[in-house]
Amino acid sequence: MLSRLVLRAAPAALRALPPPVAVGVLHTTRTLHTTQQSLAPVPPLPEKGGEVRHGLIPEEFFQFLYPKTGVTGPYMLGTGLLLYLLSKEIYVVNHETAAAACILTVIVYAIKKFGPDVAAFADKLNEEKMATALAMKNEAVQSLQTAIEDEKKEQWRAEGRSYLFDAKRNNVAMLLEANYRERLLMVYNEVKKRLDYQVAMQTLKRQKEQDHMIQWVERNVVQSITPQQQKESIAKCILDLKALSKSAHAAV
Amino acid sequence: MKLMDVKLGQLGSWLAMRDFTPGGILGAIRRGHSRYYNKYINVRKGGLGGLSMVLAGYIILSYMWSYSHIKHERRRKYH
Repeated sequence: MLSRLVLRAAPAALRALPPPVAVGVLHTTRTLHTTQQSLAPVPPLPEKGGEVRHGLIPEEFFQFLYPKTGVTGPYMLGTGLLLYLLSKEIYVVNHETAAAACILTVIVYAIKKFGPDVAAFADKLNEEKMATALAMKNEAVQSLQTAIEDEKKEQWRAEGRSYLFDAKRNNVAMLLEANYRERLLMVYNEVKKRLDYQVAMQTLKRQKEQDHMIQWVERNVVQSITPQQQKESIAKCILDLKALSKSAHAAV
Repeated sequence: MKLMDVKLGQLGSWLAMRDFTPGGILGAIRRGHSRYYNKYINVRKGGLGGLSMVLAGYIILSYMWSYSHIKHERRRKYH
């Protein structure tokens, strides 16, 4: 119950307290992971194994005895041990010894003769394995590299979209302008047609008035000319003409 | 504490420190195996010694196990 109280008070307390005390308040019994654990990159294999002398005894033994007994110490120890085992017959010489001697001779001869070749063969196998693994890794790295470059190229291409939008905007603006001007022209034409109509109407009206007036005047004048007046005017005209002809003859 | 750093007089106390539970013995076997393996076998150019030491150890062990039987093939009775 008390722990529940503490847990409820914990968040508020955590904000106020410095971290080390907060860890204690959290009621954890195991230490939190604070180091950065990682298994990669794995360290490479050592080049050669531990040194072994005569194929049987590790080099550390010789180094261990060197300060006290020098170089021949371990060999002396080995000889003494062998003689002790033989003389006390702790190692019994029987048929198995003969068999072991023959087998060991053959084995040692075979190793001395074919050892380096087998080692070279095994090394070649290893090399091939490593080469394929390395080739895979390089291929993967290369493909990722090209993918990165392609991505960068795409990004560069995407930068050009501002130009694309500018061109499109220009197109749209031009269309709008053309449309506007077209409509302006249409409005002008329509208005002109209406005005021309009005003007034509007025001229027609005036013309008709003029014609009508002229005709009316002529009609009235013709009506007013009585036959008497007509004879008088004709005689006058003849007299005038005669006078004119005389003056013309005189001029010539 | 490594065995090589223990003085002769402290051998008893050092032995008491080791844990001889089955889990502990298994862990010791695992550790010894991994030490030998990583030193002599898990290398780029492994040599003959890594395998031959194991075989020599097996030969000696099997000789020790059959010693009571081989004792009877001695050539002399008194040494």
